[in-house]
Formats: sequence, structure tokens, C-alpha cells
Amino acid sequence: MITGNLKASYAADEQVFDNRNKRAFLYAALLGLAALAGFADDYVILVACQMGILLIAVVGVNVVTGYTGLISLGHAAFVAVGAYTVTIFHEAFAGAIPEGLRALIAIPVAMAVSALVGIIVGLPSLRVKGLYLAVATLSANFIVIFLIEQEVFAPWTGGMVGIDTPAPDFLGWTLDTKREMFVLIAALGVLTLLAVQNLFRTRVGRAFIAIRDRDYSAEIMGISLLRTKLTSFAISAALCGLSGALFAYFYARILPEQFELALSLELVAAMIVGGMGRTMGPVFGVAVIVMVPEVIKSIFGVATGGEAGVAQLLAPLQEIAFGLLIVLFLLFEPLGLNHMADRALRALNRWPFAR
Amino acid sequence: MLSVSDLHLSFGGIKALQGVSFEAAPGEITGVIGPNGAGKTSLFNAISGFYTPDRGRVAFDGRDITGLSPDRRAGLGMARTFQNIALFRGMTVLDNIKLGGHTRLSANVWQALAYFGPARREELAFRAEIEERVIDFLEIDHIRKAPITALPYGLQKRVELGRALAMQPKVLMLDEPVAGMNREETADMARFILDVQEEFGTTILLVEHDMGLVMDICAHIVVLNFGQQIAAGTPAEVARDDEVIEAYLGAAA
Repeated sequence: MITGNLKASYAADEQVFDNRNKRAFLYAALLGLAALAGFADDYVILVACQMGILLIAVVGVNVVTGYTGLISLGHAAFVAVGAYTVTIFHEAFAGAIPEGLRALIAIPVAMAVSALVGIIVGLPSLRVKGLYLAVATLSANFIVIFLIEQEVFAPWTGGMVGIDTPAPDFLGWTLDTKREMFVLIAALGVLTLLAVQNLFRTRVGRAFIAIRDRDYSAEIMGISLLRTKLTSFAISAALCGLSGALFAYFYARILPEQFELALSLELVAAMIVGGMGRTMGPVFGVAVIVMVPEVIKSIFGVATGGEAGVAQLLAPLQEIAFGLLIVLFLLFEPLGLNHMADRALRALNRWPFAR
Repeated sequence: MLSVSDLHLSFGGIKALQGVSFEAAPGEITGVIGPNGAGKTSLFNAISGFYTPDRGRVAFDGRDITGLSPDRRAGLGMARTFQNIALFRGMTVLDNIKLGGHTRLSANVWQALAYFGPARREELAFRAEIEERVIDFLEIDHIRKAPITALPYGLQKRVELGRALAMQPKVLMLDEPVAGMNREETADMARFILDVQEEFGTTILLVEHDMGLVMDICAHIVVLNFGQQIAAGTPAEVARDDEVIEAYLGAAA
């Protein structure tokens, strides 16, 4: 039970983890991550890595769509840009930069290139809103994939058949197992959440939310719509670029078809299910989105004894499940799983009295 | 402080403003009145930069700002409220008021992402400032963590005033600050407006339908009718003006 508001300074009042229950959850989550890295079996590690990679991208989508209110259906393009930038960078600078430094430079470069592409894709957001912006970003997704698949660029991108990706090496520490990758992904995932949470407790992030809530009112507060919207797109795309970079390091090979509309929709679905415009929303959303196919697989494995023909059914079933989830959440819990978690936390604060 | 000269604004065939000129004297309350559709809100929108006038100029602090965007004008020290409350409805009272500090705070993206360091120092100093200058001043301590949607109309108006005050503006433009309020709420708001003028020396420009309020607190009044400026002067002068009486009550039979 948390009794009363006993804060004595503004610093205490501005804290994110402002009571002991929240702090307990934070420590439990960090311990849980450490335990995963130490003791989980390979299958769990694999799923956790997938979640972590997706999480960073969903946080990116959340910045631009959840917080700034600019609907984007093209964020898979930024993930692609990140993944391909890293791969091409390693190839291009194979001789010039020592192996142990390559990944350390490649990741920021991938984020910067994605941010740049993000700014270009974000330009229409100054003129169009809502559905129209969704279509504009959607076409950006198609254009980027189209360019990657072109024969002209095939020497660098591998074209339709994809390209082998490098294993990262940080100052001699080669991440060649999934478990080591998990450590990197988990660390960057936590860092991403922290950075975004920080952003939204300062003037920069507040300006994003102001534009979402009422754009003319934001202008009258001295917020430049041009600069702020593009900043939002840049940060969002950079995070997706980071996700793409990890994607490239995690898998042995990347293909253009992995970054098509399906991925963009998956990112948006995770954001909606988790809770738009909330820091922890993506965490909940990604957990659900990654677990759904796993659950479907295991249910069908039990029901049919793992027959080969069933595999064909899995992909469409997965799409149906995502669609159903989005509809159900928009109808019954538009604020997402994060809101349910908030309510549970509030009930815990008041326990054993009122719920 | 703020001067408007020969302002013309039209939407297609409708002439919203036809040659409006006046000056808001520093530290004083200037009222703009007129019947419905007289062009008061159009005037406000032209002054704050949402509309570009066809002719004429707007000067602020001796500087021509006619071509500036609304956010640049805000940066110079112009704040306003809206007739239909334009608060950020997804946020708490505190966050709304903090937004008023956007141009006065300076953390960049990198500092914001890191938070600890310059951004945190700045945020905490600003928090202390608005607690004293805005939240305590407007007596809204009890609702600082409340979401906007949970507040009654009168309090929302007060929060919007608070958000404008957090900008520490040189000129404060209030578009119908007491519209739809009962007598007690109106009296409260009038007291706050006078307090702002007295405590911070802010130049105030006020559009209002409540004649009692306007006559009581304004030093200077501009009267508009069908986009034209039909009178200007002290409350007493304006109240005696034949054209003003005619605009409000109709011509004598």
C-alpha cells in the first residue's frame, strides 16, 4: 500500500519511478532480463531476441504515431535501411576499419542514414494528415523495397535473393551466439526505452504530444510544426534503423521481402495492442505480437501431431489473429495493455483497500 | 507595445477587417468589443499570425511582424488564449502549463534523450518557477496532476490562462476569457487578469462580450462593427459614442 503523497521536492515529484511498487517492478524486470541471459534455453533466447529487435522498432513507431499523432504505415522501410546500411557498411569498409571497431561505427551510421530517410519520408506530414499521410508513408515503404530489389543496386544489396550479413565484433568480442546477441539486444532495448521516456519529460517530447493533441495550439506556444514533425520522424526512423541493424546482426541473411508492408503492419499492431503514446506500451504489444504465432504453432502442433501440411495454414492464421487483436483492442481497450497494467498497478498501490 | 495599422483582411468576398488601427499601450488593458461577426477573432488571428492580412501591418515592440509565423511571434513574447478552449486534452494540467515554457527552455534533442544533466536542471528550475508564478498565482494547486478532460469549464479557462502566463509574455491576448462563465467565475477571472497586469506588468489585449467586465477593467477600448473600426477611446468615451450605441442597440426609430 502506498499511503499519501509524501514528496518533498520537485525533483522527487518529477521522478518516473515515483513509488516503491514501480521501483520494485523495474528491478524485477532487470533481474528477469539478467536471468534470461544466464539461464534461458536456446528457444526462449531466440524468441526474446525477436521481441527485443521488434521492440526497438515499435518504440520508433510509437514516437511518431503514438506521441506525435502522425500515422505511418511505412516504418518497415526504415528497418530495411538500417539492416542494409549495416551490411553494406561492413562490406565496404572491410579493409579500411579494423574489425573490432566496424560495428561500433556501423550502428550509428545506420541510425543516421535511417534518420535522413525518415526526414525525407516525413516531409509530406507538413501538408497532409491522417489517412493521407498513412498512404504517403505506405508508398515510401514500397519505394524503398523496390530500390533494394533493383538489379542496378544488386552488387550492394544482393537484390531479390538477399545478402549475407556480418557477425558484429565489439573490440574483439565477437557476438557469434544468440545468447551474446541477446545481451546486446536487451541492453540496447532498455537504453531505447529509457531515452524515449526521457524525451517525453522534456520540452522536445512535450512538443510532439502538443502537436498530436492540437496543432494550432502548439504553434501558439512557439512550437515550429516543420521542425518538430521532422525531428519526430528522424528520431523514430533512427530507432527503426537501430532495430534494422540488430536484425542484420542477428540473422545470417536478410531479404527485401522481410521488410515489406507485413512488417509495417506488425509494428503498428504491436503499438496499438500495447498502448499508443505510452512508454511501456511497445513492451506489452511486442510480447503479444511475438507470442501469437508461437502459441498458434504450438496449438496446431498438439492438435495435428505436427503434420507438414499445417505449416501452410500458419501464416494466414497469424494475419487473422493480428487483425482480430487490433479490432478487439480498439473496441474494448483502445488505450492498450499498458492501460490495463496501469490499472493493476493502481490497485496494488491501494491494496488492501479500494480497488 | 503592440500596434496594428490599417489592417485589411478578406475571405473571398467577405471583408472581415477593413482598416483597423490601434495601439495597445504597454502595461495596460486594451479591450476589443463589437457585436457577433464584427471581426474580433479575425483580428486576433491576424495579430497572432494565423491569417496574413491583405494590407496593413502588425508591429510588436517596434518591430514589423506582419510576415512572421505564429510560432515565431510566440517566441518574441506574444501569448494568447482561445475562445473555445484550446488546451492539450491528452495531458495533465501541469504538462499543459509546462508547454508554455517551450520557447524559454533550451534543451536540444540530445540533452532531452539523456535527461540527466542540462535538461534535468532546466526542467526542475522551470517547475519551481511555474509552481510559484502560475500554479500558486492562479490557485490551481489542487488540480495540477488532473487530466484536462476531468476539469469543469471555468477551471479549464483558468488553466489556459496559466499556460499563456508560463510563457512570461510581454503581450497577452485573451479571446473571450469569461465567455459562458457564471458571475462568480467571471469575478474570479477578472481578478486574475488584473493581478497579471499589476504583478507582471503585462500588456493585455482582450476580446470580450461581457460589457460589465470590459468597462470595469479596460483602460482603452476599440469597437469593431462589420470589420470596421467605429470607435476607440476610454470606456466612458466609447459608452457615449452614438455609433457604438447604434451598433449595439440599433438605430433610434
